[in-house]
Amino acid sequence: MNLLTEPVGVAHFMVVGAIMFACGVVCMAVKRNALGVLMGIELVLNGANINFVALGSKFLQKDGAFSLGLDGQFIALFVIVLAAAEAAVALAITLNFYNNHSTVDVDRANELKG
Amino acid sequence: MDLDVLLPKLLCIAWLLPLASFTLIVFFGPRMGKKGILASYVAAGAIVTSFILSLIAFVSWIGANGVAAPGGHHGDEHAAVSPLPVDASNSPSPMRLASLADTHAADSHGHDEHAVHEVHKPVAYTGTWYTLGQFGDLKITISYYIDALTVCMFTMVTLIASCIHFYAIGYMHDELHDITDTQVLVTKGYRGHGHGHAGHGHGAHDAHAHAHDDAEHDDHGHGHSDLPPPPAGYDYLHRPGRFHRFFQYLSLFCFSMLGLVIAGNIAMVFVFWELVGVCSYFLIGFYIERKSASNAANKAFIVNRVGDFGMIIGLMALWGSLGTFAFGDVDGQQGLFSQVRNSAHNYELRTPDGMVLQAASDEIARGVEPTAKQIETWRSEKLGYWLLVIAGLGIFCGCVGKSAQFPLHVWLPDAMEGPTPVSALVHSATMVAAGVYLVGRFYPMFTPEVLLVIAYIGLITLFIAATIAITASDIKRVLAYSTVSQLGYMMLALGIGGWSAGLFHLITHAFFKSLLFMCSGSVIHACHTNDMFRMGGLRKKMPWTAYTMLAGCLAIIGTPLFSGFYSKDAIVAQAVMFTKQNPAHGILLYGFAGGAAMTAFYMFRLWYMTFSGKPRDHHVYDHAHESPKVMYVPLVILSVFAVSVGWTMPFFGLSLTNLLEQARPAGEIGTGVLLPALSYPAEYLSHAPSVHLIATLIASATAAGGFLLATLFYGVHKLDAADVKRQFNPIYYFLVHKWYFDELYNFIFIKPLFFVSSIISKIDKNLIDVFIDKLAVGVKALSRVDDAIDRYVVDGFVNVIGNWTYSAGRSLKAVQTGKLRQYVMFIVVGTVALTVIMQWALAAE
Repeated sequence: MNLLTEPVGVAHFMVVGAIMFACGVVCMAVKRNALGVLMGIELVLNGANINFVALGSKFLQKDGAFSLGLDGQFIALFVIVLAAAEAAVALAITLNFYNNHSTVDVDRANELKG
Repeated sequence: MDLDVLLPKLLCIAWLLPLASFTLIVFFGPRMGKKGILASYVAAGAIVTSFILSLIAFVSWIGANGVAAPGGHHGDEHAAVSPLPVDASNSPSPMRLASLADTHAADSHGHDEHAVHEVHKPVAYTGTWYTLGQFGDLKITISYYIDALTVCMFTMVTLIASCIHFYAIGYMHDELHDITDTQVLVTKGYRGHGHGHAGHGHGAHDAHAHAHDDAEHDDHGHGHSDLPPPPAGYDYLHRPGRFHRFFQYLSLFCFSMLGLVIAGNIAMVFVFWELVGVCSYFLIGFYIERKSASNAANKAFIVNRVGDFGMIIGLMALWGSLGTFAFGDVDGQQGLFSQVRNSAHNYELRTPDGMVLQAASDEIARGVEPTAKQIETWRSEKLGYWLLVIAGLGIFCGCVGKSAQFPLHVWLPDAMEGPTPVSALVHSATMVAAGVYLVGRFYPMFTPEVLLVIAYIGLITLFIAATIAITASDIKRVLAYSTVSQLGYMMLALGIGGWSAGLFHLITHAFFKSLLFMCSGSVIHACHTNDMFRMGGLRKKMPWTAYTMLAGCLAIIGTPLFSGFYSKDAIVAQAVMFTKQNPAHGILLYGFAGGAAMTAFYMFRLWYMTFSGKPRDHHVYDHAHESPKVMYVPLVILSVFAVSVGWTMPFFGLSLTNLLEQARPAGEIGTGVLLPALSYPAEYLSHAPSVHLIATLIASATAAGGFLLATLFYGVHKLDAADVKRQFNPIYYFLVHKWYFDELYNFIFIKPLFFVSSIISKIDKNLIDVFIDKLAVGVKALSRVDDAIDRYVVDGFVNVIGNWTYSAGRSLKAVQTGKLRQYVMFIVVGTVALTVIMQWALAAE
């Protein structure tokens, strides 16, 4: 199966989602800036979101295939809301961290190590 | 307000006021005024208010029920007419109807055409104030039974108690200061006072172990300015005064006594019975540091327990077979009285169904149907009658203890260790009369056989006590034995069918005996000794006391026109009637007459020795003085009553006997079932002039004889008492030793008890204690082993696990590097690894 020759289907969306997920993970792992790490988290979440939407869409299903209804879209909406909430909390933590350390370098946040 | 609403309210308040006073004094007593002096005013105020309420109740009773005795039994013209009872109250509310019948009878009293006498149920108001609890059918209530007797008793008790409260304010004033008790010796330097237990254990030595033999003690520890110095090495006990405590006990006693009088069921009677007993215990032991006082208190309490044991048996017999404790009918339920004497059977004594069924339980178990007819057959076979006898004897047993009847009379003379106001109130006028009162209250339940027992116990008691009183030298002990003897009179009167005679004597006796006791208290207060051989000639020093006491003496011996005359006369008349009908029991009359002569003798011996002649001990005589006003005014009040309480009030027609007649239990006593020869004459028959003439002659002759003899011996000294004493030496010592009752009981009960206890204590010490000790040693060893197991096995195991956890934590600590990005890598690597493993696992399937 060659993705490039196939018509656009679920697999293509999943590839895009996987790429976004990988980018996000790499971003989280290599960035020392806390804001960068947060961006990486957003990428990871949205990569997963794409998978949800794609798998839930009836337009991307073959005829007669099993449809998941609108569940995927709803879960995506939930994830967006959760991401927003998480971003708010994470930004507050970052702000506090900045207030205390005058930096947002996550490598400096090692005071709780064992 | 109707009487049945008004009376319970009035008497309830009168009853509870002393309780309120007691509660106040308990909590605030020592802080009430200087040294607690206000406590006496609180207590006196409460009892005076109670008296006023009782008086209102008394007056409203007369207002509603009149002053006449119910029925036509009292005119002498009816004496010959035999009463043919007709049931007038076969209706749902017998109480109210009975009182209607009374007024009807009072109206028709003049024109008595129908020669039939109605049987009158006494007017009584019964009801329940509060239900304490209900267990199945058993209902424990605070209820009331108010009839003329209750109202009379309330008025009498509160009046005497009021007088005694005021008297005690004067008498107990020493207790307002610290007291040096010359009768209790303590080792020098002992500082036990102020802690309330300056008792015997701590090196205290009792100077008066034989106080009642030498009769040297007075109530007051404080003594004169010229105290004899204590023996070397000892000090007199010094303690703070206990003024408020005395009034606290008095209040509690008044509450208990009034509760006993108003009680509407026998269980409540029993509760208050015990309460007066415990008050008596507290008051006898008021001078607790004196060994004689604490012994006397114990003796009184323990002897009373013996009687109460019988009473409990009586209660069980009643409850087990009749299923109720109530006297009267309450809420449609038949009380004890109507079960035994039912209006449907002319109030004749019949064995109640409950007792018949109880006795026939064997036959019922065998399958005999307990129909009404069958019950009637069983009843005619006397089944269950013995149960009624046992119930009656049991209740009487309690009365024997409380009223100090033979053989339980030994506690009352020793109870004179208490302060004299207590002797006057508790141990002569009210509490000891409670036994007589209960016999009177419980009268419908007594079978003729039980009444005969009561009569003989009364006779024995009055005779024994009178003989002992003749030789006693302690002024209070003479009065104590006189009290025992007079209680015997009352029991005898009740036992021979003289219901109103006995209770009439109870009330007249209460007045003159409390008067006599208070006079003796006044003397003791002045002389600081109880010993009559050290008194004499005090008449000039203390005229108020001397002449009020003379009034009391004249009343007690039954001088015409004094109250004692009327009541004794009634008893003698009944005794004459009874012995006429039952010649076999003639000794009841002779014993009575002999006792009356002895009463006159010892009372005037007491008066002459105390007040007339030359002073025997000048030291005592010089110190004697008339008591303060607060003490002799109550004496005067009481002497007025002691003289007049037996009179029929002119113009008004109020007399105590007629009033008591209103409460007379319905129905005749009848003839004995177990002793068919025994038959009781109705009391009104003894009012016939022929009988009364004999009775008056007997009573007056015996009293005059005793009086003359006493005058010859002690008044004009024509005869020498010491000479007689020499001639009848054995008898004299027999009497001085109180018929050796204490020694006898000591030999029969106390010594064997000590013997048995010593054996038991040996068993306890050598067997049980040793066993327990050994057991304890074993347990100790076992616990050592257990301790080792705990320490080394269980603890070790737990420690090992703890150490493991700790070291694992230490080694895992390094993983927490604090590098956020590293953590992300861990997550990624972990996720990838998990995915790979899952793929691998799924592929393997």
